[in-house]
Amino acid sequence: MNIMTINENLNAMPDQPNSAVNEPIVRAKGVDVFYGDKQALFDVDLDVQKNSVTALIGPSGCGKSTLLRCFNRMNDVIPICRVTGLVTLGGQDIHAPNVDVVSLRKEVGMVFQKPNPFPKSIYDNIAYGPRIHGMTQNKAELDAVVEKSLRRAGLWEEVKDRLDKPGTGLSGGQQQRLCIARAIAVKPKVILMDEPCSALDPIATAKVEELIDELRERFTIIIVTHSMQQAARVSQHTAFFHLGYLVENGATEDIFTTPEDERTKNYITGRIG
Amino acid sequence: MTEHVEILSIGSSKRHRAESRFRVYGIIAIVLSLSFLLIMVGSIATRGITAFKQSFVFVEIDLPADKIDVDDIKGTRFGKLLKSALRDRFPEATSRKEKKLVYGLVSSTAEYSVRDQVVENPELVGSRAGFWIRASSDVDMYLKGYIDAELAESQRRLNDKQLKWIKQLKTHGHVESRFNTQFFTGGDSREPEQAGILGAVVGSALSLLVCFLLSFPLGVLAAVYLEEFTTQSRLNRIIEVNINNLAAVPSIVFGLLGLAIFLNFFGLPRSTPLVGGMVLALMTLPTIIIASRASLRAVPPSIREAAMGLGASKVQTTFHHVIPLAMPGMLTGSIIGMAQALGETAPLLMIGMVAFIVDVPQGITDAATALPVQIFLWADSPERGFLEKTSAAIMVLLVFLIAMNLVAIILRRRLERRW
Ligand SMILES: Nc1ncnc2c1ncn2[C@@H]1O[C@H](COP(=O)(O)OP(=O)(O)OP(=O)(O)O)[C@@H](O)[C@H]1O
Ligand SMILES: [Mg+2]
Repeated sequence: MNIMTINENLNAMPDQPNSAVNEPIVRAKGVDVFYGDKQALFDVDLDVQKNSVTALIGPSGCGKSTLLRCFNRMNDVIPICRVTGLVTLGGQDIHAPNVDVVSLRKEVGMVFQKPNPFPKSIYDNIAYGPRIHGMTQNKAELDAVVEKSLRRAGLWEEVKDRLDKPGTGLSGGQQQRLCIARAIAVKPKVILMDEPCSALDPIATAKVEELIDELRERFTIIIVTHSMQQAARVSQHTAFFHLGYLVENGATEDIFTTPEDERTKNYITGRIG
Repeated sequence: MTEHVEILSIGSSKRHRAESRFRVYGIIAIVLSLSFLLIMVGSIATRGITAFKQSFVFVEIDLPADKIDVDDIKGTRFGKLLKSALRDRFPEATSRKEKKLVYGLVSSTAEYSVRDQVVENPELVGSRAGFWIRASSDVDMYLKGYIDAELAESQRRLNDKQLKWIKQLKTHGHVESRFNTQFFTGGDSREPEQAGILGAVVGSALSLLVCFLLSFPLGVLAAVYLEEFTTQSRLNRIIEVNINNLAAVPSIVFGLLGLAIFLNFFGLPRSTPLVGGMVLALMTLPTIIIASRASLRAVPPSIREAAMGLGASKVQTTFHHVIPLAMPGMLTGSIIGMAQALGETAPLLMIGMVAFIVDVPQGITDAATALPVQIFLWADSPERGFLEKTSAAIMVLLVFLIAMNLVAIILRRRLERRW
């Protein structure tokens, strides 16, 4: 097996939604995460379906971001962080020794809480990913990728006249959509979003939510959010975490209307959090 | 209600007083430090400004064709011709002693400037031509007002006869004060009136160039490695402490190290900007590493996360995003380190850059001195004429420093497109 297997497995997977329902694209099984001696996640099992939006909710410090960062191995960067258990992408163990973390992160993009465009032009922000992965042969192809990504992120009309202007000069909402465009430019299978709207005003938030709904057609999205309404609006699946445990997980409708666990009920009705 | 208002205003007036008191302290501090600076620069400038002028004396010299070989003008002994011209000018000087006093009016290097002028204008041979030649340092000092004519004859460098002759030259309009280009275009000399700063400036510039080329890449790479590629291990902390210690080591120790290693062990050429730059590089390296690490740390982690989240490797993240963002800070730190190095004297003394060198160095392996060493040498000279040169050299050093800082600011403006 080589590093290309992630790609091959994904491509080999049937694209029909009905068969994909049984075959989770991302799966966490018995995942424990430790920061030094402190355990942040306990035995988490979670399946994420293809072309769906999965929301991770729970009170602050319950380990949502930690789990999210397991999926693209961003936790590797933190020296004291240790992850055990199985995480698979397209059926392949992402911690297997032959997996290249670079090609993993190309398949699993990430959008952060605070918009973090590079201090470069809008064009270069989008083009950076395709460039380092050698995804395009020439300038024309790259231009096409930039335009397509910006269009998908609903930003094209707003920025097409100033692609050479700095990405940091955009408004907060535009910056966040720029970051989404940057993530989708490398054609990932999965996009992780960690509270992507927490720094945005309601109008910008609405735009990003709309965008997430559209992106679901092509990508699988896992989103961390603190807003119950947002989870209800954009997600099909919801997982509720509490103090490092995955308490309950299922269809969003069910979680919000008929929660089984007392803690879930308390959280969504605003009694803990 | 009114009571509340009163309480509020009492509190605020107290605060206002504290604030304005603090502002006054700040202004006092700034005014004090500025005035010290002004006094320093002012005293140096008033003492050194006269070094930019030099007195010249007009002498008519016979250039008989039978004494000058037109094909070998350089080989002619112009000293003899000059001396006989001076004797003609002051016929009353008859004894050997008096003749010596006459010769002492002009610089002992004057014959070479006469030679150079004749070489340039060979048609002068066979005629009697007038030359403006450099006055001796004593005459120059007297004309600039540094020698008191009221003093007893035995206590001044010029005796009564010489003063009379100078007066005589003056009344004929044969003395002139001109801009001293020699000071900016020449190397060092035993004669104050002939001494120039260019050799030292070039020596300093070459040393700094070597220093920068060695210490900047090394320092930046070390900083990048320590900041980006190692984890907070015990070894890393020990290295950090030791780098900070190195920054505080007296520079003379680096000089001794350079002497022991570069000169004695590796046998590199003594007194050269190459070795000088290497020693200065040892000295600036800790400064550059510390400054570079600080500016790397100032790059927001979100940028690193963004790049890594896109699948950039550690090296790509560092070289595409982190280093460009940290570069202005790294450059500023380096220039501060270089500015320190520019003023460094002690280590250069150790490796022999203190030698008396007349020629302007042509490359990094030519023997040279540096600006601060030149200042040290001149300040150490007994001649009155070197006193003004010392101050003038300090002014040149300050201008050099200002130029370096300007370059740093311009570079930073260019690079700092943070947007
Ligand atoms: N880099 C780290 N070092 C040590 N402990 C950490 C680190 N990051 C997170 N933790 C700990 O792990 C636990 C889970 O943190 P995590 O960031 O995953 O929570 P979260 O659910 O995302 O919270 P929030 O909603 O506030 O973002 C917390 O107790 C936190 O203190
Ligand atoms: Mg979080």
